[in-house]
Amino acid sequence: MKRLLEWQIAAVKSIREETYRTKTLTLSLPSWTAHRPGQHYDVRLTAPDGYQAQRSYSIASEPERTGEIDLTVEQLSDGEVSSYLHDVLVPGDRIEVRGPIGGYFVWEASLGGPLLLVAGGSGVVPLMSMVRHRRAAGATVATHLLYSSRTPEDVIYADELHELQAAGDGLRVIQTFTRAQPPNWTGYARRIDAAMLSEVAAPLGRKAQAFICGPTLLVEAAADGLVEAGLAPERIKTERFGPSGGTA
Amino acid sequence: MEEPMDRVHENMLDGNAAAGILDEIFGGEMTASPTECEHCGREGELGSLLTFTQAPGLVLRCPACSEVMLRVVQTPDYTYLDVRGAVYLRLARR
Ligand SMILES: Cc1cc2nc3c(=O)[nH]c(=O)nc-3n(C[C@H](O)[C@H](O)[C@H](O)COP(=O)(O)OP(=O)(O)OC[C@H]3O[C@@H](n4cnc5c(N)ncnc54)[C@H](O)[C@@H]3O)c2cc1C
Ligand SMILES: [Zn+2]
Repeated sequence: MKRLLEWQIAAVKSIREETYRTKTLTLSLPSWTAHRPGQHYDVRLTAPDGYQAQRSYSIASEPERTGEIDLTVEQLSDGEVSSYLHDVLVPGDRIEVRGPIGGYFVWEASLGGPLLLVAGGSGVVPLMSMVRHRRAAGATVATHLLYSSRTPEDVIYADELHELQAAGDGLRVIQTFTRAQPPNWTGYARRIDAAMLSEVAAPLGRKAQAFICGPTLLVEAAADGLVEAGLAPERIKTERFGPSGGTA
Repeated sequence: MEEPMDRVHENMLDGNAAAGILDEIFGGEMTASPTECEHCGREGELGSLLTFTQAPGLVLRCPACSEVMLRVVQTPDYTYLDVRGAVYLRLARR
């Protein structure tokens, strides 16, 4: 069925602090459409003088949740739109959005697996929609999420990821901390590289479908590393968020 | 005209980042749709191209040879579309 991509006015239902640099906005949509995990919305701000700024934000929630979506936004210093969403927006406000958008960087349970998800910083957002959907749909495809953060305080959705993994339905979360590690940490403590990727990807075999998301330079490195680790380029999909600023 | 590719590397995005504007122009989701590079013959989904949003307008380049495949410039009243670098675009019929 054809649906025109139109701007609509969403209401900010709630705002939740995920980490000291990220917030999740729950938006109620008058014209909600079920999304495909991995898709995004465009957000448009208009100043009183007519000046407009538009940015894309991935959907964090699963499509099984109807009528509303979660967007998780990282605040960038001097970030025009992210600062507005962090510092100005309050529950009850209205905001212009259009979506869901995209059909390339998407995964849904019917597509099967195994799945290799690689995230740097806020790049975990669209992958979170995938794992939340995986759970809601009762899918058990083998899924490895490799998630790079600077420090333990930077981990978005930490508790929920822990619970999802504890459900024992085939999801494994593998973390790496590039700047500071939790006490007694024995896991990875460096940037994502080819050796790490092949360790994480090996148990999934050559048929794995990979989704990489995060700051542009991290995505580059991870995509190259996966090809080096033996995964065919056509099995690797990427979503670059933009300049890294060393986010992960 | 455009900056050499390596200087804008950090700002590079994927075809997904152009999904909204392409949907607006063509009236439907385009990023899962295939296209072919006029310069090197690579075929792949529009979502797999490299997108530069900081050029004047929007520029999509081939990930294999880096040549420009699509260019979109918008003015308040019109959209200008230059697809010289693409052999074809595929649109769903409706
Ligand atoms: C398809 C897609 C999905 C996205 N999903 C999300 C998401 O779920 N959550 C999220 O937080 N962001 C996401 N982004 C990034 C988002 O669209 C904006 O680019 C980001 O919020 C910065 O906008 P701004 O107006 O705050 O900063 P700007 O005012 O545009 O830039 C301010 C400064 O930050 C730098 N900068 C710009 N973008 C980034 C970046 N991504 N990382 C680090 N530094 C940057 C600029 O070079 C500049 O110095 C997504 C991007 C794309 C293309
Ligand atoms: Zn080419």
